[in-house]
Amino acid sequence: MATAPEIDAPADPLEAFRSEAREWLAANFDPDLRGKDNSMSAVEGPNDDTPEQAAWKNAIGAKGWSVPTWPKEYGGGGLSRAEARVLQEEMAKVGAWNPMGGSMGVMMFGPTLLEYGTEEQKQEHIPPIVRGELRWCQGYSEPGAGSDLASLQCFAEDHGDHYVVNGQKTWTSGGQWADKCFMLVRTDKSKKHEGITFLLCDMTSPGVEVKPIQLISGSSPFCETFFTDVKVPKGNRVGAEGQGWTIGKRLLQHERNSLGGGGSSASRLFAGAPLSALAKKYVGVDAEGRIADGELRSKIIKHEMDMRAFALTLRRVQLDAKSNSGPSAATSIMKNVGARIMQERSELLIEIRGMAGLGWEGEGFDEDALKDTRHWLFGKAVSIYGGSSEIQNNVIAKRILGMLDHQ
Amino acid sequence: MAILTEEQTMLRDMAREWADNESPVTAFRKMRDAAPAEMFDAEAWKAQAEMGWAGILVPEAQGGVEMGFVSLGAVLEQLGRTLTATPLAATSAATAAIVLGGSEAQKAAWLPRIASGEVVATLAVDEGPRFAPDRISASVSGGKLSGTKEFVTEGDSAGLFVVAAADGLYLVAGDDAGVSRSARYLADSRSHAQVVFDGAAAEKLADGGADLLIKVTDRAAAATCAEMLGMAEAAFAQTNDYLKTRVQFGQVLASFQALQHRMAKMFTELELMRSAVEGAFEAIDANRPDVPQSVSLAKAIAGDTLNLVSREMVQLHGGIGMTDEHDAGFYLKRARVLETMWGNASWHRERFARLGGY
Ligand SMILES: Cc1cc2nc3c(=O)[nH]c(=O)nc-3n(C[C@H](O)[C@H](O)[C@H](O)COP(=O)(O)OP(=O)(O)OC[C@H]3O[C@@H](n4cnc5c(N)ncnc54)[C@H](O)[C@@H]3O)c2cc1C
Repeated sequence: MATAPEIDAPADPLEAFRSEAREWLAANFDPDLRGKDNSMSAVEGPNDDTPEQAAWKNAIGAKGWSVPTWPKEYGGGGLSRAEARVLQEEMAKVGAWNPMGGSMGVMMFGPTLLEYGTEEQKQEHIPPIVRGELRWCQGYSEPGAGSDLASLQCFAEDHGDHYVVNGQKTWTSGGQWADKCFMLVRTDKSKKHEGITFLLCDMTSPGVEVKPIQLISGSSPFCETFFTDVKVPKGNRVGAEGQGWTIGKRLLQHERNSLGGGGSSASRLFAGAPLSALAKKYVGVDAEGRIADGELRSKIIKHEMDMRAFALTLRRVQLDAKSNSGPSAATSIMKNVGARIMQERSELLIEIRGMAGLGWEGEGFDEDALKDTRHWLFGKAVSIYGGSSEIQNNVIAKRILGMLDHQ
Repeated sequence: MAILTEEQTMLRDMAREWADNESPVTAFRKMRDAAPAEMFDAEAWKAQAEMGWAGILVPEAQGGVEMGFVSLGAVLEQLGRTLTATPLAATSAATAAIVLGGSEAQKAAWLPRIASGEVVATLAVDEGPRFAPDRISASVSGGKLSGTKEFVTEGDSAGLFVVAAADGLYLVAGDDAGVSRSARYLADSRSHAQVVFDGAAAEKLADGGADLLIKVTDRAAAATCAEMLGMAEAAFAQTNDYLKTRVQFGQVLASFQALQHRMAKMFTELELMRSAVEGAFEAIDANRPDVPQSVSLAKAIAGDTLNLVSREMVQLHGGIGMTDEHDAGFYLKRARVLETMWGNASWHRERFARLGGY
């Protein structure tokens, strides 16, 4: 070991940054806010921040540390990956959370616009994302275009200096709370992939109408979104006309990457009390102090080991990735493993708590248990949205393993 | 399919037709949205009693038809398919307790009222959120029962409780002054209540022997398995139909081999589930000594299979399956409750191992 390169050995500048981060957190993060973030706020809509929460959000937004590695010129933190990791460690130590971390602007749209947007578009759209001032939603799916996204029909007609959009989107998460929508539209009906264009639409434009849809978890985080003669200025087109599929797919990679644990929303869903302690409480212990139910014990152990292997793989993928190369082929693998582990965890929580783990509302349940019931149900979507597990497996089989299409 | 007598076949077909026509899933949705205090469909329960289903386990002498568990299972399976919300399963479990362990006077007092549908009856066993028949602390002294029972099915409306106390099973009338109930709303939108017995007048079921509680909870588990079988079957069939109609990439989803093999696997598991569940009913009707093993086999396999099918139902429907407007969520939520009831798959595998000397 002595001769191995010491990847993790702290270089001095990093240590200097560590103290800077520590001091800044001490000055700006109120320890009373520890654990007070709402991990579902990205899907359940804005909740009214307390003055303390709002102050924290303003502070981290102004500093650009809500998106630590984004360039400073657009309000980002301008940190290196190593510095960003240090920041994350220091935040974890004091229980600080990123209020913007789960937003579509941060996870998906921002990174894509930084890559494909014009200078003007970046200046206009990135800073409000960094400060959490505007909410974005994703107008991709349509009733007939889910997994087969490229068959989308929502049409944008060229009217010189603007487009006129007509059609329907569905499953638009946060559509009812969003200020803006990044969307894929068809500008050419004669081609499938090359006929798609990437547009940015103001949700307050005349002709945009949203209808919330209720989920099995009881919340209404997504909408049917209707577009009737909606004017979108040409300046709101990202990339060239017909280039939307390439850009849209890139955004999906960012989405999958963040869902697979690369982003903060997924890691927050993994947080919580260790399952073994909960199991001992509900199931009891045997003479040797182990979880009394042997089968449950092995299930929990398998889950904990899968989680560790997942975390190690995430780290390996991150170390492998050359800086700035963005999400790689591993994205699909990580999304599927992340989804599976998250769902297994929820199922285990129910199994451990028995009937108390299936509470819906009202008296007789503790708050954590009620939250976990809703998470269990909402979590069934993780293997569906952002490209379902089946579609990721197709990507792995075809793009990574070189397997062939069904003839 | 178990070999059914002509009578049983008629009963099953009638139940199927009734469930399809009179009690489709839209009826469950209506009940859920209206959320009546009893948390079941009172009209449907009345109709079931009129058709004689409440008396399937009740001897003819007390106004029932005494057709046994294979028959009851055939009916409950049909009701499970459409998620019919009535207290038939709970009442049947309590009925089995009285038939097995009640005195002639107790039978005469309660069974005719159960068979006619006048009284909803239920078992009250667990004192915590997990099935634990070996951890009963409710006790009786001087004919008065005290203790708290958790998540009692149909506890909101039951007119009769069969209560497990430390020294045996007791009958407690629902309108006794010592009985109080608080609703517990679970994800499945059915009735589950905490029931507190505070010096309630209790009459012991004296004739059942020392293992009466186990006999009774085995019958309750078997009834649950019947409902699970119907649910798994319906969830599977709906998914299969959907895959044949939904088009993506210019083809119906049913043309993708990745999905075909998953459906084929589920279909195979369902066949095993049916055999195990029907095997338990047959063991009960024949009063065989291996009822405990048969029930544990059925409940463990039913739990795992329904869990799989209900998860796949949501997954394979994609975004639609995540919406409340679609029925997939109802199957998913009810599945986990039934899985938990009367011992989950782990509990029953553990008991199966113990009984077999593993
Ligand atoms: C909670 C939630 C939030 C969402 N948020 C958004 C959003 O903000 N914006 C947005 O645009 N969309 C959003 N979506 C939509 C999501 O991207 C789609 O649901 C998803 O792409 C699947 O499409 P579908 O629902 O039409 O399912 P379908 O494409 O009809 O698929 C049904 C099933 O068939 C499988 N399948 C399909 N094709 C194949 C194949 N070739 N091989 C094997 N299996 C296949 C699928 O994996 C799935 O299991 C959201 C969905 C959910 C559930």
